[in-house]
Amino acid sequence: MLERNITTTRSTSRSINALIVTVLAVILTQTPTSAIAQAAEEYRSVSVADPYLEMHTGPGRGYPVFHVVDRGEDIDIVMRRTDWFKIRAGNGTEGWVDRAQMERTLQPAGTPIEFAEASQTDFTDAPWEVGGLAGDFGGANVVSIYGAYSINPNVSIEVWGSQILGNFSNGWMGSVNLTHETWPDWRISPFFTLGTGIIHTEPKPTIVQGEDRTDQIAHAGAGFRVYATRRFILRAEFKSYVVFTSRDDNEEVEEWKVGFAFFF
Amino acid sequence: MESRFRILFLSTLLAFGLSGCAATKNLFGFGEEETPPPAEIPAGQVIEPEVERREIREPDIDSEDFEIGAFIGVLSIEDFGSNVVYGARIAYHVTEGFFVEGSVGQSEGGLTSFEILSGGAPLLSDSERKLTYYNVNVGYNILPGESFIGEGRAYNSALYISAGLGSTRFAGDDRFTVNFGAGYRFLLTDSIAMHVDFRDHLFDIDLLGEEKTAHNLEGSLGVTVFF
Repeated sequence: MLERNITTTRSTSRSINALIVTVLAVILTQTPTSAIAQAAEEYRSVSVADPYLEMHTGPGRGYPVFHVVDRGEDIDIVMRRTDWFKIRAGNGTEGWVDRAQMERTLQPAGTPIEFAEASQTDFTDAPWEVGGLAGDFGGANVVSIYGAYSINPNVSIEVWGSQILGNFSNGWMGSVNLTHETWPDWRISPFFTLGTGIIHTEPKPTIVQGEDRTDQIAHAGAGFRVYATRRFILRAEFKSYVVFTSRDDNEEVEEWKVGFAFFF
Repeated sequence: MESRFRILFLSTLLAFGLSGCAATKNLFGFGEEETPPPAEIPAGQVIEPEVERREIREPDIDSEDFEIGAFIGVLSIEDFGSNVVYGARIAYHVTEGFFVEGSVGQSEGGLTSFEILSGGAPLLSDSERKLTYYNVNVGYNILPGESFIGEGRAYNSALYISAGLGSTRFAGDDRFTVNFGAGYRFLLTDSIAMHVDFRDHLFDIDLLGEEKTAHNLEGSLGVTVFF
């Protein structure tokens, strides 16, 4: 029993080790190349249509305005962070301009430029959604992440991965489900869901004697997606699971979860 | 219990069946096709210019909302002493205030005072002493601002708070873990940041007899890159 315990510990820490090494490798290889790419990059240029354009020292509303660009002058767009744009004025000064002011600049063709702001319309129409939820799974704690793809505003396909942490057993669960939103344009949008997957349970050796099990599951549920702000969604749901065990009786488990998600 | 599940199952099926039909109308191309509006030629324009102009599309602009990096510091595991902790983190900045982040970390527990004093058999095997964790947090930049070094240099910085959930593997078990903390982000350039972060990881442990909530304090120094 103890021996098996040791091997599982080792394999998990090894996989986390591998993850850390990969992330470090990505950072180390990325930094110099992205710096080179940036140096060679050709920035998009627009001209100021407002009486003047205010440049802030940082990407936030509290940062002071330290420079203004007059109407008609050309500016280069270096990069964007959330709703702020780093620009370079004709004299080389760099600073941050908010989206509202950037929308009142003109492209070389003389047409105004548009930057989409995530809004409630995107909450309804955006194809992708990623989120994390936590809650209670039949008395145990559960932590889940999911990714969703919307086929249309009403129907989406979701893939879930969950870790279950209980007093008597731990485990993980993976599932695929279809979600239907009846009123996707509501700010608080209710949904129904149906799905299937597998659950893996490892009883804690110190408390209960038992074997590791992997069983198929099916679930049905309902919940709410609430549009919070920009790209943020709050989500709460209830799911009822049937675990198809190899014993005579199927197990039923109820799950409650709340969390957040963002769409893009 | 079973009947409740059945009702839920059937009502979900019904919901898909009834309103799903209308929803899938456009999915297979049966919906009304929208004809694009005819191109308008502005009044008074005689010659159509053949100059190719470059329209700026949003994806053309480099958007740097993600932050990825590594950290190293000290983690004090309750009853098991303080040890080096290192790990990686990734964050996505949703607005100028809010961000979500995920991190993984690894450390190792030392000997408890009991083990040292008694000199007896150790409580845990070497591999059980290894601690690994992951967490998913929501954070907010409560005090964004600038930090000055001398007279001529100003760097953007922010004091942030964050809290979240995750799991810790320690002493041969996965433990549901809540964490919260605060940090200071110092931007060396607009794309490279340094972090100082203090965090408390809380989980339940019953290794020494009775079950208790262990506070595991972590202080770390990190470097991240925006992309």
